[in-house]
Amino acid sequence: MSGVLTSLRGLTVTYGSGEAAHMALQGLDLDILKGERLAVIGESGSGKSTLALALGGLLPPEARIDGRIDWPGFAAPPRAGRDIGFVFQDAGASLNPVIPVGRQIAEVARLHLGLSRPEARDRARALLARVRIPDPDSALAAYPHQLSGGQRQRVAIAAAIAGEPSLLIADEATSALDTIVQAEIVALLDELVHAEGMTLIFITHDIALASGFADRIAVLHDARLVEARPAAELLGAPGQAYTARLLASHIGLDTPPLIAEEQP
Amino acid sequence: MRAPLLAVQGLTKTYRSGGREVKGLDDVSLSVAAGETIGLVGPSGSGKSTLARVVMRLIEPDAGTIAFGGENLGALNGKALRTVRKRIQMVFQDPSAAFNPRATVADVLADPLRIHGLASPAERPRRIAQLLDSVGLSANLAARPVHAVSGGQRQRVAIARALATEPELIVLDEAVSALDVTVRGQVLDLLVRLQRERGLAYLFVSHDLAVVRAVSHRIAIMDRGRIVETGPAGTVVADPQSETGRALVAAIPRLHISHLNREASQNA
Ligand SMILES: Nc1ncnc2c1ncn2[C@@H]1O[C@H](COP(=O)(O)OP(=O)(O)OP(=O)(O)O)[C@@H](O)[C@H]1O
Ligand SMILES: Nc1ncnc2c1ncn2[C@@H]1O[C@H](COP(=O)(O)OP(=O)(O)OP(=O)(O)O)[C@@H](O)[C@H]1O
Ligand SMILES: [Mg+2]
Ligand SMILES: [Mg+2]
Repeated sequence: MSGVLTSLRGLTVTYGSGEAAHMALQGLDLDILKGERLAVIGESGSGKSTLALALGGLLPPEARIDGRIDWPGFAAPPRAGRDIGFVFQDAGASLNPVIPVGRQIAEVARLHLGLSRPEARDRARALLARVRIPDPDSALAAYPHQLSGGQRQRVAIAAAIAGEPSLLIADEATSALDTIVQAEIVALLDELVHAEGMTLIFITHDIALASGFADRIAVLHDARLVEARPAAELLGAPGQAYTARLLASHIGLDTPPLIAEEQP
Repeated sequence: MRAPLLAVQGLTKTYRSGGREVKGLDDVSLSVAAGETIGLVGPSGSGKSTLARVVMRLIEPDAGTIAFGGENLGALNGKALRTVRKRIQMVFQDPSAAFNPRATVADVLADPLRIHGLASPAERPRRIAQLLDSVGLSANLAARPVHAVSGGQRQRVAIARALATEPELIVLDEAVSALDVTVRGQVLDLLVRLQRERGLAYLFVSHDLAVVRAVSHRIAIMDRGRIVETGPAGTVVADPQSETGRALVAAIPRLHISHLNREASQNA
């Protein structure tokens, strides 16, 4: 890890104005390091997606940003799609249903890397193989609805990394998938970050999923950053009561059953 | 062994769309005893929701029988079917989709009371307040539109609605999957308490094996329309016999506390 990718100071995001104003992030101070895998966890409505959108410059017009987002390594603010890749929960919705997936990935590569059409197509094929879609050659021509949910999510990842972004943001990218597919996608993201030297922000409700591979975990609660610390430290000895509560509410295989074990 | 409350035998259901055939259910048999929770797990598309819906008679099976309290559900209709229906209720994953968006919490809870003639209009407000209380919600919530309560509150309203007919079996299809971990814990505690107090049985459908383990007496594992394994919850999780069971157990995200601590101390 070598230095700071982006530095947030007093980051505040407000949706709407006047009576209807709602602060979705409040005074966030956080440095995101180059090459780290940062998990962002927190309850529904805590501001996780708002943070992702703010980093990508993708907030809707009714949102106001206060505070600073600095990108020390960039001459100009990074652009979503090129410098920042996004994978959302519902990949089916982020892919265009009437365009073959190969062309959707190739478009990103052409746009951001200035490749020719044949080059972009080769890159799309390589990316489909990279995300381990079986038979990439025929998958190039497949439409999203012809793929399973897990495969669509892999295609969305391929499209997100096609422009060689330095930051990949996965927002609940595996929440809608069953645990078997979920584990495969997490392993894939992990491997991509290692191999391509990308920074990963992994947003999730699921603290156990985050604990499996994150270098650092940031906990959001009610629009505020509760703590952001190395995963081992935070999980071993939560610095805040709220984090401890979140950890305690996790249900794992070793959680004692809530029922008496014998059959009724 | 007592006669099971619910017993399904040889259920088969094939979906046909655009020339493709998908076996939703392929010769499925399963029973649930009174007061028992059966956890139904399996990968996406394995047929869990299809089985839940067939039990509720929201989908007609191609073949097979469903017996509830010793009566063959398929042979019942009219009044007899309505009487049995009262005894089985269902809660879905996304309660907002199951409610009329303009309805208030009180409307949602009044429906089953009215349909099954369980409370006169004059008695309803008191009964609604009781139902809300049984799921840990304030009676003040009754006047609110359902879209104006939080997701966890909405899911509890859905459970309160299911309780209105005093059922013996509730089918829960991914009923806690969309909830926060903190709210999810509250709803699970509630379900377990209601079971203890009223002897309710649950068919608990989820793809989260750890959650299923925490609330189920027995677990059934589905894959591609078939039940590939059934057994006591602890046994299935500790020593799964089917390939699907092993894959599901292996894929459960684990809190890596000890592993990470070891790494941290090595790096120190
Ligand atoms: N476009 C918007 N206009 C108004 N309020 C919004 C908007 N988008 C989000 N919010 C509100 O801002 C808060 C934070 O929302 P955000 O989507 O960032 O939460 P989240 O942590 O991603 O939640 P979830 O886990 O449910 O996805 C919530 O209270 C939400 O209702
Ligand atoms: N109305 C339908 N028409 C055609 N195929 C269907 C229909 N409903 C379900 N299927 C198919 O039947 C199979 C079983 O679906 P089902 O919804 O029962 O699975 P599930 O185990 O509940 O999955 P999930 O965990 O994703 O909810 C799947 O392959 C699904 O695509
Ligand atoms: Mg979100
Ligand atoms: Mg289902």
